[in-house]
Amino acid sequence: MSFLTDRKRVEGLGSAKKGTAHFWEQRLSAIALLFLVPLFLFPFSYNLGGGFEEVRDAYAHPVNAVIAIAFFVTVFLHLFQGLQVVIEDYVHGRMGMVLIISSRLLCTLFALVGVYAIIRISLGA
Amino acid sequence: MVQLTLPKNSKIRTGKTWPKPEGATNVRKFMIYRWTPDDGENPRVDTYFLDMDTCGPMVLDALIKIKNEIDPTLTFRRSCREGICGSCAMNIDGQNTLACIFGMDEIKGDVKIYPLPHMPVVKDLVPDLTHFYAQHASIMPWLETKTNAPAKEWKQSIEDRKKLDGLYECVMCASCSASCPSYWWNADRYLGPAALLHAYRWIIDSRDEATG
Repeated sequence: MSFLTDRKRVEGLGSAKKGTAHFWEQRLSAIALLFLVPLFLFPFSYNLGGGFEEVRDAYAHPVNAVIAIAFFVTVFLHLFQGLQVVIEDYVHGRMGMVLIISSRLLCTLFALVGVYAIIRISLGA
Repeated sequence: MVQLTLPKNSKIRTGKTWPKPEGATNVRKFMIYRWTPDDGENPRVDTYFLDMDTCGPMVLDALIKIKNEIDPTLTFRRSCREGICGSCAMNIDGQNTLACIFGMDEIKGDVKIYPLPHMPVVKDLVPDLTHFYAQHASIMPWLETKTNAPAKEWKQSIEDRKKLDGLYECVMCASCSASCPSYWWNADRYLGPAALLHAYRWIIDSRDEATG
């Protein structure tokens, strides 16, 4: 038996107050990716199958390196935000929390790996 | 996970088939969801037959005819019979609509009538809209101002009034919210399309000073 009023049920625990920021960031990163994906793919595919020296030379150029770093950061931010919405909508309870946390950790890890790889290649280690 | 199947006590069974009207030539079959809280039984779908030559054109006409002439226990909400009150919202032929303005000529084959989806059922075709109404109240759907009230009325330009077209007409029948999967599965937090439409109706109102 619950004695919650109808209004209390609607108010619930309150919103996280971050919804609008999340919504905007997702759209903004989508617009950024519209440019970043082709800009990243062009030098990437151009050097695909090339030797280490070739690739290193391509990413030694600061424009290519910065674009690649921006791409990795943005794409994994966007990926996580998209996944978060899907999980929140369709997976409820503890399982949803586990999925949100693990997808966030994985996306962060992938972004860091990408950024680290670009810096390493770019600076010619 | 989201609920994709009905819970055990909500599984729909085949119900009673009522006799066909005698001497009728233009007969139509109606399959209607029935559930009552009184007998502890699962919901069932009853089958009715109506003589269309003596029945009005709308689904609500048929429901009233069934209640009057065949089965007085059939329960549904209705009031204005012209689409302005929103009482008779139900799921007809697979879509949420108002029974009073939905013509039976728009339906191919048998007429299947269910209550609004994913709402608690009070009885038969009557859903419990308590939560839906509380959500509507929570967005405070009225004009809020900080300026002192003018001597006569709050004025609005013709252009600003035009912005409310398409927003003010909603009669809160709950058809849209009850057809929204996000609302089905997250109604505890998601206000749903109807309440959000009403919220926007006041946000965009040039006289309202509470938001924007």
